[in-house]
Amino acid sequence: MLKDITIGQYFPGNSLLHTMDARFKIIVTAIFIVMIFAADSFSALLPPLIFFILAFALSGLPVKLIARSMKPIIPVLVFTSVLNVFFVDGKALVSIFGINITDEGLIISGMMVLRLIALICGSSLLTYTTSPIILTDAIEKMLKPLSKIGFPAHELAMMMTIALRFIPTLIEETDKIMSAQKARGAELDSGTLVQRAKALVPILIPLFVSSFRRAEELALAMECRCYHGGEGRTKLREPVSGGKDYAALGVTLLFLCAVLLINMGKVVI
Amino acid sequence: MDNIIKADNISFYYSDIQDEDKPAENKIQIFDGLSLEIAKGSFTVILGHNGCGKSTLAKHMNAILLPCGGKMYAAGIDTADEERIFEIREHIGMVFQNPDNQIVASVVEEDAAFALENMGVPPEEMRQRVDDALKAVGMYEYREHSPSQLSGGQKQRVAIAGIIAMQPDCIVLDEPTAMLDPVGRREVMKTVKRLNREKGVTIVLITHYMDEAAQAERVVVMDGGRIILDDTPCEVFSHVDRLREVGLDVPQSTQLMYIMKQNGYKSADTHIINEEECADLLYDILTKGEQK
Repeated sequence: MLKDITIGQYFPGNSLLHTMDARFKIIVTAIFIVMIFAADSFSALLPPLIFFILAFALSGLPVKLIARSMKPIIPVLVFTSVLNVFFVDGKALVSIFGINITDEGLIISGMMVLRLIALICGSSLLTYTTSPIILTDAIEKMLKPLSKIGFPAHELAMMMTIALRFIPTLIEETDKIMSAQKARGAELDSGTLVQRAKALVPILIPLFVSSFRRAEELALAMECRCYHGGEGRTKLREPVSGGKDYAALGVTLLFLCAVLLINMGKVVI
Repeated sequence: MDNIIKADNISFYYSDIQDEDKPAENKIQIFDGLSLEIAKGSFTVILGHNGCGKSTLAKHMNAILLPCGGKMYAAGIDTADEERIFEIREHIGMVFQNPDNQIVASVVEEDAAFALENMGVPPEEMRQRVDDALKAVGMYEYREHSPSQLSGGQKQRVAIAGIIAMQPDCIVLDEPTAMLDPVGRREVMKTVKRLNREKGVTIVLITHYMDEAAQAERVVVMDGGRIILDDTPCEVFSHVDRLREVGLDVPQSTQLMYIMKQNGYKSADTHIINEEECADLLYDILTKGEQK
């Protein structure tokens, strides 16, 4: 059952978005997020929306993926919108049990929901079109300048790589230990919350022990392959940036300008 | 012939106390005064039951462990020379038992490239060497797969590719087939033998499978930290009683010959280690009607 979990969902492809330099994708995503939070009216939210639709069309991913990425955040959406509707001051439209629903509240909660949806969709587009390993490499490369002031950029990237590598292995192992404990009569899916939490202990302890053993063996194997930290390391796949990456960055900046201009009232839609 | 590995009277023990000034207490002696030479391009198997010191010896071969006494030379370099430790490891690759715990990256080709990345090989040359290494173990078609999608034998071959990408002169394999099913074992053995034959890579294989040992040029049997037998597989396995004493088996053909000899068949020969020779001899005995 644990095998169904997919982490860092990546959908391989050859679209423009897939082949873009991951570093630029990260920057573009960051600008996109700035865009949606800079926008202070519905009309200012229009450019980021168009931008997202454009990007999604270029990714060649099926539309139902948007729905899928939205699913886990529906409760958050409902919660924030309800809070905003009731607790923002303004002109009362309807009053229920002494709590006012205001026009301001409706507008703000509407904006909030739109922003959150855009945020989730935009950032999942990044992970949908970039394999975790490339993403890790890009992060390492971007953080590299910080290593001069002692920031462990390579170590961080190495940890992420190893974590990604071992997630399926550990999931498989957890499955095995669970079956082994069930075979000895452990009840994992029944009882009160406390009982169930306690039942997890005999699963977690063997898992920890074996993880440490794995870590030790892996360290040994890495040493045997001349691993000695990030110094003087080269990469099989160096991230390369081309014209299309700069073009994408330019277009994104144009959209950001549009948002700022609408905010300032220079452009009216 | 040149020696790629030379152990000169080495001793090694584990102890509780790490402090070098004090005498070690609770010493667990693994081996004492062990000498072994392994020729370049040879295929040597080290046999022995659990705890006989064979894995510890293997770890001395690429300076993971250093001898407490005596000298160990790998590729002509003293393993105690800390400055040249990475040079040693480029020459002597090591493959371990559990394939899951030695694969670092989540893409096959990235893992094969790991050692080269560490060595600072330029990307174009790396690409070539990674491709060659994956082709040499027959995993090139799987280069973009995730290791978790592969079988045990395939994973172990990826681990071997990660080592041969370094283009080492010698590969030490520490029970590489112990966790594999028969199909996986055959795949790994075939790969190892081909590397030895076609690329001239020296192979040191640690195993407790007798049929694997029978395929080597030389078999070294260890017991209690000492080398008790060191010869061709034929000669080594003919010492059936001696091997039994130290808790080891012999290949099934040898076992059959041994039993027949005990029962008085004069032409039965315990130097026979493979099935074909055994079958031929049985055929001769049956057709000629040899009696006890």
